[in-house]
Parts: sequence; structure tokens; C-alpha cells
Amino acid sequence: MPVRDTGETIDHMTVLRRLVPLLLVVAALLATIRGISSRNTVNLSTPATVPKRFAVDLTTSKIDQWFAERWSSEHITPATTAPPLAILRRLSLALHGTVPSLEEIREFDTDGRPQKLERWTQRLLTDNRCPTYLSERLGRALVGADEGPFLAFRRDRFHAWLAAQIAADRPWDRVVTDMVSGRGLPTGNPETNFITIAQIDEEIDAEQLAGRSVRAFLGQRIDCAQCHDHFFDPRWKQAHFQGLAAFFSPVRFTPLGIDDDIDRPFQVTDHADDTPRVVPPSVPFGSEWLPGKGTTRQRFAAWLTDERNERFDRAIVNRLWGLMFGRPFRAPVDDLPDPGDPATVPLDLVAHDFRDHRRSLKWLVHVIAASRPFRLDSRPNPQARQSSPGEMTSEELRRQEEAWAIFPLIRLRPEQIIGAMLQAGSIKTIDRHSHLFTRARRFFGEQNFVEEYGDLGDDELSEQTGTIPQALLRMNGELARELIQPGLFSATTTIARATVEDNALCLRTCFEVCLGRQPAAEESEVLGEWLTGTRGEQREQAVEDIFWTLFNSPEFSWNH
Amino acid sequence: MSDMIISPATDRRRWLEQVLATLGLGFSLPTLETRAAARRGSQRPTSLITLFLAGGPSQLETWDPHPGSAIGGPTKAVATRLKGLKIAADFPQTAEVINELCVIRSLVSREGDHHRGVYLAKTGYRPDQTLTHPSLGAILTKERWNAGIAIPQHVSLGSDQRPARGGFLGAQYDAYKIYNPGGRLRNIASRADKTRQQRRLAGLNVVSRTFRRGRTVAARATQHRLMIDRALAMMNADQLKAFQLDLDDESRSTIDLYGDSRFGRGCLVARRLVQAGVRAIEVTLPGWDTHANNFEGHREQAGILDPALFALITDLKQHDLLDSTIVLVLGEFGRTPTVNPLDGRDHWPHGFSCLVGGGGLAAGRVLGATDPTGRKRKPTRPVEIADLLATILSRMGVEYGKETITPIGRPMAYCEGTPIPGLL
Repeated sequence: MPVRDTGETIDHMTVLRRLVPLLLVVAALLATIRGISSRNTVNLSTPATVPKRFAVDLTTSKIDQWFAERWSSEHITPATTAPPLAILRRLSLALHGTVPSLEEIREFDTDGRPQKLERWTQRLLTDNRCPTYLSERLGRALVGADEGPFLAFRRDRFHAWLAAQIAADRPWDRVVTDMVSGRGLPTGNPETNFITIAQIDEEIDAEQLAGRSVRAFLGQRIDCAQCHDHFFDPRWKQAHFQGLAAFFSPVRFTPLGIDDDIDRPFQVTDHADDTPRVVPPSVPFGSEWLPGKGTTRQRFAAWLTDERNERFDRAIVNRLWGLMFGRPFRAPVDDLPDPGDPATVPLDLVAHDFRDHRRSLKWLVHVIAASRPFRLDSRPNPQARQSSPGEMTSEELRRQEEAWAIFPLIRLRPEQIIGAMLQAGSIKTIDRHSHLFTRARRFFGEQNFVEEYGDLGDDELSEQTGTIPQALLRMNGELARELIQPGLFSATTTIARATVEDNALCLRTCFEVCLGRQPAAEESEVLGEWLTGTRGEQREQAVEDIFWTLFNSPEFSWNH
Repeated sequence: MSDMIISPATDRRRWLEQVLATLGLGFSLPTLETRAAARRGSQRPTSLITLFLAGGPSQLETWDPHPGSAIGGPTKAVATRLKGLKIAADFPQTAEVINELCVIRSLVSREGDHHRGVYLAKTGYRPDQTLTHPSLGAILTKERWNAGIAIPQHVSLGSDQRPARGGFLGAQYDAYKIYNPGGRLRNIASRADKTRQQRRLAGLNVVSRTFRRGRTVAARATQHRLMIDRALAMMNADQLKAFQLDLDDESRSTIDLYGDSRFGRGCLVARRLVQAGVRAIEVTLPGWDTHANNFEGHREQAGILDPALFALITDLKQHDLLDSTIVLVLGEFGRTPTVNPLDGRDHWPHGFSCLVGGGGLAAGRVLGATDPTGRKRKPTRPVEIADLLATILSRMGVEYGKETITPIGRPMAYCEGTPIPGLL
């Protein structure tokens, strides 16, 4: 330990602890300077046109036609088109995990140029928040939500890598090839985290990787076949599973990271005679797509992503549909029927064109965002109500939802709820241009909230009802209180003070910030009354109560 | 809370809740009379308290010492109330009450990693990427629902990184997490005074009505309002007192008996929750992962566990609750017979120990044994964790092999184990 002149003994940790506040101040100053300069130079505006490579008319017209024919043959009257602002909210929740800011809403309202929603989709895709958020969501399918093996698995690196691939719009087959066949350390070659997450007791679990690859990349569940021939799906035999696992058998975690050890065959032990048996790598179909050269993982990646392997493209179309709607086109997301099945024709149609558009995920987002189902209202068409005046039965609603003739009500993910709360608690858009403190607050606030709210883990696309602790957290939680309580920089105080002379404007602004719509007549009457004759602190409290009410409304925590 | 519990009584209650919810008065519904909870002895519905020793306690330094052997290390053994049974000498108080429980010395797991081991210990299943299995507590909560209380029926006390989950049964069966037992609950008090809270709730009715307009069926299916009403009922529930230790309704000596630790307070709160009618409680004591300084580490841990376990058994008996409360003391695996160069022991799922008893299970029995030389990996009479869980489910009247259709359409038994005859 170093000894100072004063005679006081300090160790390195003490020095570090004393330096931390200073470093934080310096970092904050730098961030402020950078923030100011970037505000002057970066102007994220809506593009005047959508780049040609994202033209989706031909594809959307094909699937819209399919839906129209289905509705007609099943005598279903689809919902009417949703208000544009409702569609913007859906897009923002799907691509950024948050509601649009008041800034964005105002800009959207005044944007009168053609192709408005297409251009705004492009704008949201270009925003840095999009790859960050999408990488988190797609990452669930790729590496799950478990903490993973200590040191061997680096979730942060993996997500950053995946976000960079999404931002660069790298073809999906290339991204998958990198993950499946990557080599090196999980820090320097983050794609290898796809492999290292499967490390158990110093060994890479080949069976886990086979099961995950087939689910994530082919949209098929063959995990049951790990132990026996699939009971319910005669397509999958145990031998298929073992043949696929054999591709991952040579993988080793060496001091230089993930590598392939060609001398290690895949062995299984038959229960019948307890003798080990070597299983060579093999695929359950399309063996002619399997190249003869390369490591077993490279060969498997080539087979997975071969242009003739329709399951590969259908799987990502179904998953991205799920991320956009909150519900996959076909559920469960990774248990699809064979290509060509009449129930999943839209998946085939989009998958085919996806292949022809260099397997661009951004193109795929454009297609889904422009499709008729995505733009339908979440309320039934008044003309569709059949059995009783004014109301649709559960059975009728189920038919409508099954046929995608109405936008489904889907509970928001915890990240979306807290993202929406944080955004609503701020007038300005919270993005990479926001101040370091704002972003830090978002980062830590989100982490704590999600932990307390309950992470959905890998099951994120399965639908579940809410819980009591979640309701308590929204109603009485610390972060919710912090976000709405009056304060120098809070949205509630800003709105209360800026609208002193105009109660209607005040209420309208609260509704726009939280719900992205204007108040209905009854809402104006009841909630507007709270503002009547108020000034100063009383008025701020009234706005705080309005925010609380809106934060706890079903409309806030459900996608609609 | 459950929406799958169908009984005439709960139906009536739900009907009343929904009527009141429609009027915006759901929160005003008082909690049901807790007659069942007030019963005593074996007449009372059974609850489960799991003391989860996270990190993997060494069987050799707890319930299966082998002093003087090649694998025993410096750990000494102490005689217990149970003739012929010796446990590690760091548990003198437990030795006085261990005759109320059974000792299993031949537990086997197939997972040697913490995350996977905890999963197996809590669910009886190995982790499966396609679905999450429900924990024992979640199954009990669903199958043995107590319609009489408004507080959560599945509770996790203490700092557990991996609290029990509802899995495919649904998030409503997840354990309700309390990091610091004995204190005030988080998020339970309204942030506004009564007048403003009433205004807020009235406003919520109006905004909810707008949302429902034209889509009543879909809006009702969200159960959003139902959850808010139940949360409001919980905020006003008398049974919340069971969570608090600052109410002067426990004597100082009782509190002291459990030891001055988060875990000790958790054990006392667990007893209070059992009294209130809560079905499944887990209290977690982390810190058993002694890859280095195993013996010193276990001595420290024993200093926390020993008084708390002794107090819990004694207290349950004094309150005539032991006959209706199963107590399970379990970690995710044991530790290696060999001692590593850092004076530590590493993960060992091949033969480790647990304590289980109360709630009408057998008492004073010792099952299985490990090899004192450490050469034989397999213990005599190995017991799978799934068998232990099946025993508890069976004792609590739950059909342990009952198949549920999971959300992915795959039928899955609650438990694939078989009850252990020696424990029933």
C-alpha cells in the first residue's frame, strides 16, 4: 500500500473511490458539450421519400389481397382503418419500445406530405433507438433471458453487436451465419455469445444449440425429439435431432475462445443396451443443400440459410410480425406448419419477397407496417356487429382476431410500459441526443422497473394477464411517483404552468402525452373539472392526478 | 390472483367483485373471514415453508458430517435428539429439534450449475428452452388456493436472485418478492391522500369506460380493472400485518430467538404468513457457494441458519402450526467430498442432504447415506428431487402427476417423481 506524506495509509480502492465523483463530473461535462454540439448538427427529421430499396407495394398488395379474400369468404367485416396517430403509437412501441413524445406527435400532426406513415416508419427505423430496442427483443429468441455462464457469456456485447447488424441492415442470413459458425472470444467476436450461452459445466451443450437454432431460425420445435420421436408431430424423429446436434458437437471453448475441434464426434447412449453410439451430422430435409466443405457449423449455417430453405425466411417473418403486433402471425412463434400450408400463406408470400430483397429486416418492417392488418382499428367495425345491437360476442371477436380483421389488444412488455412512462414524463424526445442524466435515469429506471414488474423471459410472445404486484407498482411505485410529481423539470409542472389560462389545452396536452389522443367528452367533463379555478401548487397536483389516472388506464398499458 | 380456481364460493365472490368493480367500488370489498386460517393442528389446511440455502450448502458441513474421514475436513459432529443421528457441530440448536424432521442424505440432482440447479430444485424439472415449469410453491398456490385472503399466497422472502416462478401456470403464481422481510411492503401505500386517491380512481373509471366503448369483450379480457381492484383490496387488507415486525405483536424474546439477520426475520415473517393462511413461502439464505474457505464460510452461515431454524420449528410447535406446515430445508446441490487448494469445496449434485418434515409428514427418520471415503459417487438409496417434490404435493393433497396442457400445446405433468414411502 502506498503511504502519503501525511502518514495516512490509502489503498488503490480508496484512490479509485475518491476519483469516481471527479470522473463523473468530467463525463457529464463532456456529455453536455457533446449534447449541445450534436443538437446543432444532428437533425433527425422525417425523410421526404422512402428509399427505393424499401418499396413494399407489390408485397403488401399480395398479402392484403389474401386477407381481403379470406374476410370475404368467411363473411367477416374488418375493422376500419385506425387513426394515424394510433398507428404511429404502435410503430413507436414496436420499434423504440416507447410511445411517441409530444415533440414527435406535434410534428406528425403537422406533416401533410404524402406517404406519411411510410416516411415515419423509415424515420423510426433510422433512429438509433430502433436497433437498440429490436436487438433486445430479437435477442430473446437467440440467447434467451437467463444470466448465462459467468465470464463465458456477455449479453451486453451480444446485444451491441446485434444492434449494429440491424442498424447496418445486414442481410439476416449473414447475421445468422456469423452466429452459428462464429469463432473467437465472446468479447472480441460477440456473435460467439450465441454459442457460449449454451456452456454448461465447461462444455458446450450441442443439443441445446440444435434445439435453439431450429426454433429461432426455422420456426420449428423439435426439442421433444431430444428424448424420443415427437409424439404430436410425426415430422420429427429423435434421429433428426441427434443428427442436428452433431453439427455442434466439435465446438470447444478454448483460451482463444470458441473453436471447432474436428476430432470430436457426437455420441449418444441408447437406453436399451446402454452402449454409446456415434451419430454423424445430418439434416432432416434438404440434404442436397448441405455443402461438403467447411467446419460442421459452417455447413449447418449454409444449409439453414440456403435460398431453398423456405422455413428460414418464414421463421423470421413470423417472429417480426410478432414483434410488431405483439402476437405472431402463427402462434406459438416457433412451431410453424410446413411451407405451403393454406393457413400460413401470407408467411410464404412475404418470405419469398424477403429473399429477393436481400433478406433485409428493415424491408420486412416496412412490409408489416404497411399491411392492412397493421393499420386496422382495434375496435370492431360497427357494421360488423351481428348478434346483438352495439356489441360483439367473444366468439365473434375471436373469429375477427384469428383472421387479423382487427388489431389485437396486447399487453405491453415491461420495457414498453416503463419506456412509455419515462417518455410521457418528459416533453422532449428521450433519445441518444438527450442529456446523459436523462439517459442514465432511463437506463437505471428501466432496469429496476423491469426487474420489479417481472421479466417475461423467453416467453415474451406468449400472452399472459397482468398481476397484482404489477398493478401496485404502476399505482404506488417510486418511479411512477417521481415521474409525475411536480418539479422544476417535470412534464406535469411544465404543462400546468404553460396552460394556466386554458384548461382545455392543459387536459388535451396531458392526454396527447400519455395516450396519444384527445380527451373524449365525458373525460373532458370529469377530469377537466379538476383543473377549474386552480393555480400554482393546486393546479400542479391536478395535473399530477390526471397523469396518474392516465398511467393506470388500460389504454396506457395495452397496445391497441 | 387465480382466475382458474372455480368453486361456488369463489364464483360468488368474483361475481360480487365484478359488480363492485363495475361501480368502481371493487376496492371497498372487505376480505373474507379467515376461519380456515384460524383453525389449529392437523385440521388446518397445510402450508409449505421452504428455507432455500442458495449457493449449494455442503452436506458434510451440515446434515451429513463424516468427521475423522478422508473427506470430513475439520468439521466435527454433534449428537442430536434423534438417537444415533449426528449433524455438524455448528448446529447445536437444530440438533435439539431435528427429531421433528426427516433427514435425506442421498439427494441427487442432474445439474451442477447454480441457475440450472436452482431451477431443478424448485420445479423438479431440468431447464427446458421451450417452456418454464412452475415451481412447487406455484403449483400448491394454484391447487390449494385460499379464497379467504387478499394478500399474495406465494411469497419469497429475502434476497433471492432466482425466486420461484409460476412458469406456464401464469405470472399470477410467481412468488411475491420481499427483499427485506419485516419492514413495510413496497408499493403498498397510496402516494396520494384519501380525497385525491378517490378522485384518481373516479377518473380511472371514466377513462376506462372510454377504452371499453365499442370493445367491451376485448377490454374485459384484459382483466386490467380486476387486477387494480385486487391490488386495492390488498392495500386495505388486514392480513398485511403478517408481513410487518414493527407492530409490537411479537415479543422481543420471540424476535431475538430467530437471530438478528434478514433470514431470521424472514423465518419469523414466514410463520406469521402461515398463520394468515398463505400457502407457500420461501425464505432464502444466500452465501453457501464456498469455493474458497469452505469451513469458515459454513460456520458463518450456520450462525444464521441454526438459530432461525430452531426458532421456526419451536415457534410453529408453540402455535400448534407444525402439524399443518411442511418445512423443507434445501439447496440446489451439495459440495464435493474433496477439498480444493483454496480450502473450498466445489459443486456436487451427486449426493447431498436436505431436511423435511412437519405438515403430517414422517418425523425422525434418516434416509440414504453417502460414502465416507468419498470414492463412491452414488449414495445408497438415491432420492431424486422430483420424488421429494412429489412427496410434498401428495401430502398436501395435490395430484402430483396431473397433466396440464401448456401454452405451447404440450401436456406436462406437475411432477414426474414418485412420493417417497418413508416420508409419508
